Amino acid sequence: MTDSSSSSRRFFEHELEEKLDALLFASPSHRSIERLAALLEPLPRRHQDLVLHWAGVAAQTYAEIGYLIATLAPQALERFGPDSNAAFEAWVIAGLDAYDKQGLRPAMEMLRDIDGFVAIRQGRLYAQFAEVEQRLARFVQGLSGRPLAVKAGAYPWTDTETIFLPARIAQFDAAEDNRQLYKSLAVQLWAQTRYGTFAVDLDAELARWPEREQALTWLAHLEAARLEARVARELPGLGTLLAAVRGSWPAEIGAALAELQAPQATVDVSLRWLAKFMAQGTVPPAPTFCGRLDPGIAARVRAERIARDTETLKKTLAVLKGAAGRKPAAPNEFAAQLNSETGEIEVSVDGEAVALPPDAQAAAQSLQQDLGQVPPEALTPAGDGAWTPVDPETVSAPPELKSDRDADYFYDEWDYHRNAYRRGWCHVYEMPVKPGDGAFVHETRQRHAALIAQLKRKFEAVRGEDRILGRQPEGEEIDLDALVEAVNDRRGGAEPSERLFSRRLRNERSLAAMFMVDMSGSTKGWVNDAEREALVMLCEALEKLGDSYAIYGFSGWTRTRCDIYRIKSFADRYDDAVRARIDGIEAKDYTRMGVAIRHLTRLLAAQPARHKLLVTLSDGRPDDFGDEYRGNYGIEDTRRALQEARQQGIRSYCVTIDRHGQDYLKHMMGPAAYTVLDDVKKLPLKVADIYRRLTV
Amino acid sequence: MNTAHVRTITPELESLGTEPYYQPVADEVALFEAAAQKRLPVLLKGPTGCGKTRFVEYMAWKLKRPLVTVACHDDLTTADLVGRYLIVGDETVWLDGPLTAAVRAGAICYLDEIVEARKDTTVVIHPLADTRRALAVDKRGELIPAPPGFMLVISYNPGYQSVLKEIKPSTRQRFVALEFDYPGAEVEAQIVATEGGIDADTAKRLVKLGELTRNLKGAGLDEGASTRLLVHAAQLIGAGMPAATASIAAVARALTDDPDMTQTLDDLVRAVF
Repeated sequence: MTDSSSSSRRFFEHELEEKLDALLFASPSHRSIERLAALLEPLPRRHQDLVLHWAGVAAQTYAEIGYLIATLAPQALERFGPDSNAAFEAWVIAGLDAYDKQGLRPAMEMLRDIDGFVAIRQGRLYAQFAEVEQRLARFVQGLSGRPLAVKAGAYPWTDTETIFLPARIAQFDAAEDNRQLYKSLAVQLWAQTRYGTFAVDLDAELARWPEREQALTWLAHLEAARLEARVARELPGLGTLLAAVRGSWPAEIGAALAELQAPQATVDVSLRWLAKFMAQGTVPPAPTFCGRLDPGIAARVRAERIARDTETLKKTLAVLKGAAGRKPAAPNEFAAQLNSETGEIEVSVDGEAVALPPDAQAAAQSLQQDLGQVPPEALTPAGDGAWTPVDPETVSAPPELKSDRDADYFYDEWDYHRNAYRRGWCHVYEMPVKPGDGAFVHETRQRHAALIAQLKRKFEAVRGEDRILGRQPEGEEIDLDALVEAVNDRRGGAEPSERLFSRRLRNERSLAAMFMVDMSGSTKGWVNDAEREALVMLCEALEKLGDSYAIYGFSGWTRTRCDIYRIKSFADRYDDAVRARIDGIEAKDYTRMGVAIRHLTRLLAAQPARHKLLVTLSDGRPDDFGDEYRGNYGIEDTRRALQEARQQGIRSYCVTIDRHGQDYLKHMMGPAAYTVLDDVKKLPLKVADIYRRLTV
Repeated sequence: MNTAHVRTITPELESLGTEPYYQPVADEVALFEAAAQKRLPVLLKGPTGCGKTRFVEYMAWKLKRPLVTVACHDDLTTADLVGRYLIVGDETVWLDGPLTAAVRAGAICYLDEIVEARKDTTVVIHPLADTRRALAVDKRGELIPAPPGFMLVISYNPGYQSVLKEIKPSTRQRFVALEFDYPGAEVEAQIVATEGGIDADTAKRLVKLGELTRNLKGAGLDEGASTRLLVHAAQLIGAGMPAATASIAAVARALTDDPDMTQTLDDLVRAVF
C-alpha cells in the first residue's frame, strides 16, 4: 500500500485468490475465497493493496473479521470517497476495537454499518436509543398484546421476549429518519415473534452451510420481505413505513419477492430461497435496514415460554376441573376445546360454560401467537402424571434467622400447594427507621416547589366541605331570606321567586389511606429516590386534603424476620420527625408482601374512616430469600392477603415500576387495581395523581 | 299540607318508534326478555362504551315499553328521581321525577352509572328492586305500586377505580346481572361499519386500532378504546374526514391527556392507516 504501487497493474483474480488464501486460511468462510477474489479484481491496484494489507492485519486478530473486511471493502471504498485510505484504516481499527471490547458479533455489526461509520465520521445527526426507548416500548406493547421488552443491544435482534436495538443509528442524514429506522427495526423484530420466524428449528436448517453469517444475513433479508408484506396487510400504515425506510429491495431479492409476499407465505418460503442463494454463492448485501436473527437463543426463549404458557393453562384447567369435582355425587363432565371459528378456548364443567381467568387467557393468547393455535395437549388439565405440585416439605427450607427479641406479631401465610394457611408462620418485627438529616426532603420540596404547589391546588379542588346552598327550587330546609322576599314580592304584586329552599351538600370524604413502601434490596438507587420523592410530594398534597394517612415500609429476610418500618402512623403529624424518617428510608432485603399487607391491614382496619385504601409502591413481584416464596407461592399468598383486606372493607391499589408487572398483577390485584409505570422518574408525580383519581 | 289538592304534573312517556341498531353478542336478549317477563330488575355491567345503553334502548323497543334514562351524577338525589314540589305563581304543584313517571307509566327506568348517584337514592331503589315493587313518595305520603310493565335497569362499570364509588352488595344482589364487554373483532367491525356508514375494510382497521389500544390498558391507559369511540371515528370518516385524522381526534385524543401516551396512540393510528 505504498504510493509507488498505485502505478502498478491490478492483480488478476487468480493472484488475489492466492494472496487471500494465505491471509485467510483460518477463516471458516475461506472456501468461498474464489468469489471474494472475483469481487476484488475490479478494484484499482492501490485499493487492492489496501484491502489485502488490512484484511491481513485483521485476520491476525480473527480470521473471520479479515474475511468480512475484504468482502465489504468494495462497498466501503465506494462510500468513503476521496479520503478512502484514511477512512478505510479508521473503519478497520474501529472494527477491531469493537472486537476487543465487545466481541465478534458487535464487531461485525459495526463493520457492516458502513453508512453509520461514515455518518459518525462526518459528524452527521444520528438517533440514540435512549431518546426513542420509552416511545418504542409503549408502541411495541400496543402492537404485541403480550410482554415484549425493548432494550439496547449491539445490533437489532430479538430473543422473542426482548427486542434489542443498537445504542445509536446513523444510517441517514437526518435524525428523524434515523428514528424512523429505529421504529422500523422494532416493528420487524416484533413481526418476527408474531408471524412465525422462529416456528421452525432455524439452527438445524442453517447447519447445512458453513458460512453461517452469510446464511443468517440472507435469511434476515428474506424474512424482512416476507414480514413486511404480512405487516402491511394487517397494519397498512406500518407497511408504508417499512417500505419507505428500506428504499428499494436489494436486486438479488427481486426474484423471491412474489413468493415471499404471498399471504400464506411462511418462514419455509424464506428457507427455500435461502437454499437457492447459498447454492449460487452470492454474497448478501449489508443488512442495513433489517432486523438480524439469533435463532439459537430465540428458539430457547420461545420453547421456555411455550412450556410455561402450556403449564399455566393446564394448571388452570386442573383447578377448574377440581372445583367441579367438589360437588358431591355429581359425576362431573369436563370439557375444554378450541372453538375453531373464534380461536377462543371454551371450557365447560357439567355442561356449563366457565370463563378462563385472565392469566390463563393471556397464556392461551401467547400460545396462539407462538404456535398459530393452542395445542391440544395444553387443553388437558394437569393430572397426577402431568403435573405434580412441588411438595413444600421437600423444598429445602431456607435458613431461619433468629432475632435477639421475640417477634411483635405473628401472621398466617397462605400456602396454595396445600390450599390452607400455615398458622403463625410469619414473624413480624416493628422496626424503627434510622432518621436521615432531612436534606433529601428539603431538597425535593425545593426542587419540585412548582409541582407541589400545582398538586396542592388540584387536591384542594377535591376537598369537599359542608356547604349550604341557598335559593334552591328544592331542599331540606326553607330558605327564610328567599321566602320573606317572595312573600313581599307577592304582596307588592310582583312575580315571586320559586327558589325558596336551602340544601346541604355534605362532605362525604371519610377516608384513611395506608401507603406501603417496598424497601427491598432491589429498590436501591433510583427507585428508592423516586419512592422518597413520591412520598414527600404525596404528604405535601395530602396535608391539603385532610385525609387521614399513614406510611409504612417493609422488607425482610425469610418468614422469621419480616420487618415493618413505621414512617408515619395515622396519629403522627407530618412534621420534621416524619420528614427525617422519609429521608431515612433505605433499601434493605427482600419483598415478602403477604405478611406486610396483613399487618398493615390490621392497622388500617382499626381506623374509624368509612373508606379505607391500601396503596402499595413496589418495584417487582413478591419475593423472599430462598425458593419458597418466589414465584406462584408469593403471588398467591399476596393475592390471598389482599382478599382478606377486601373482606375487611379495604380497597387495594398497586403502583409498580416492574415492566413485567402485567404478567402477574392482574391476577394478584384484580384488573382495575394497579398501574405499571414505564419510567421510575414518573413515580413521584403519578402516585399523587393516582391517589387523587382513586378517591375523587 | 294536604297533598290531595296539589296539582300533579307527570311527563308523558312514549315508546320508541323506530328500531335502534343493536347487534346481539350472546344470549343477552333472551335473558333480558325472561327477566322482564318475571319482573326482575337487571344490572348491566361492563366497560364504558360497550353498548349497554344501546342494548336497553333496543330492549325497550322490542318489549314495546317507554324508556326513561337517567344519567346519574354525584349530586343526584332521591328528590331528583322521585319528584318535587314547585311553587308556580300562587300555586304549589308536584312534578313527578323520572323514576316516578316511569313507575306510573309501566316503563323501563334505566339508571346509567348508578355508582355516581348519591347513597340515599338506594332508599327508593331497593323497594322497587325486590318483591315489594313499589315506590314510596314520602313527601306526598303516597305508595305507588309498580304495574307489570315497570322494569328497573341499572348499569355500572366495574373497572371504575374510585374507592368512594362502589356498588354495595345489598344493592347488587337484588339484580339479575348481565355482563357486557367489547364484542369480538368481527362483530365489532360489523357494528362500526353499520353505525358509521363506512366500508368493511376501514371498519376492520378501526377495530384493529381498538385492539392495539386495549393492549395498553394498565400500561399507561386506564381503558382501551371503546366500541363507541370507534363508532365516533367511523362516523367522522363517513362524513368525509381522512381516516387517520378522524381516528386521532375520536380515539387517540379522547383516551388520554398524557403527552407520552398521546404520542404512542398517534403512532398506533399511523400503524393502522
